[in-house]
Amino acid sequence: MAEKYIARSKAIAARLVGGEMMVMSAADSTFFTLNEVASTIWQAADGRTPLAEIVAGKVCQEFDVDPEQAQRGADRFVDELSQHGILLVSEHPMIEKDSSLSPERP
Amino acid sequence: MTTILPTIAKEAVSIEIGGLAIALRTQDPSFHRLIENRYTGFVGTSPASHLEFDIDLCEPSESAIDEDLEVKIKDGEWLLKRGDFRARWNPQTRHGRIRQSCSPYAIDSVLRIVHSLILARQGGFLVHAASAVRGGKAFLFSGVSGAGKTTISRLAPPDATLLTDEISYVRREGNRYMACGTPFAGELARVGENCSAPLSALFLLEKGLQNRIEPVGPSEAIQRLLRNILFFADDPELVKLVFQSACEFASLVPIHRLIFVPDQRVWDIIR
Repeated sequence: MAEKYIARSKAIAARLVGGEMMVMSAADSTFFTLNEVASTIWQAADGRTPLAEIVAGKVCQEFDVDPEQAQRGADRFVDELSQHGILLVSEHPMIEKDSSLSPERP
Repeated sequence: MTTILPTIAKEAVSIEIGGLAIALRTQDPSFHRLIENRYTGFVGTSPASHLEFDIDLCEPSESAIDEDLEVKIKDGEWLLKRGDFRARWNPQTRHGRIRQSCSPYAIDSVLRIVHSLILARQGGFLVHAASAVRGGKAFLFSGVSGAGKTTISRLAPPDATLLTDEISYVRREGNRYMACGTPFAGELARVGENCSAPLSALFLLEKGLQNRIEPVGPSEAIQRLLRNILFFADDPELVKLVFQSACEFASLVPIHRLIFVPDQRVWDIIR
């Protein structure tokens, strides 16, 4: 299965309030409040670390969670946020180019 | 024989809301009077204004009447468009022009939009909320239509000064917020008092079986506040600013849920 890389979009506003990460899309004003696990994935979404590595290295280390269950949850979370353009998803590591992120050419 | 010519109103009417004076210039004497009457209490006396608009009146277009509102910036100029008006406004020159039908609703909307755009850059906002001043402190009562903004306004005791029953004006001043009166009225059909006071609390309105105040978590408070902030522009940068303003506001102003019955005693628990 192809690797999945995730990066935070620039077209969002986010703030950590009371231990919860709040994220709003600047494009359609969709609002999300992320729980601790989702916040961990969000903060690790640097465009260079594969999602599987984030789940194994961060989520499973910091939370008492079954690895397969964590991966399924992470996939659902990424799918939902990517539909609103809040997370960018690529099969390749993403590089920062001007103010946007684009997949690195192999 | 002396011929009396109809006079043409060349002077602008300055409407001051939240300390910001917007001069409206129309050549139509009856529209000039309409503006003065509609914004009674908010007509400025100072000759200086922060912005000015020339208003051209036109016949309403049947085909465009249902056109949705569109607010966007192009080449440094804000373009505002709806079925009943077209407006452009240049923040650099502080001058704009409105083409509208002879309707008070159109000018009301333009004023709301312009204020919301200006406030967004200053950490403030317009919000769907009633507001009142009591004992030198301002309180906001926010909620969607039907939540009780007009009801809580009607129940206000005589020593409370009503700022608005519909659209509240929130301005940031350092580490505090001021609530300012607005002429934007709801069902009460009464303009607010043109005064301001430091904001003491925001209450999220809910009708219930008894009067009580409940705490609200920070993320819910911000989300509810964002839902009620008036924001019209299709501009991602300003959306981010409004989001940050809501977060800042929630960190500085207590936000509670006010569950109430339509009874004057609700004001006993508002402190």
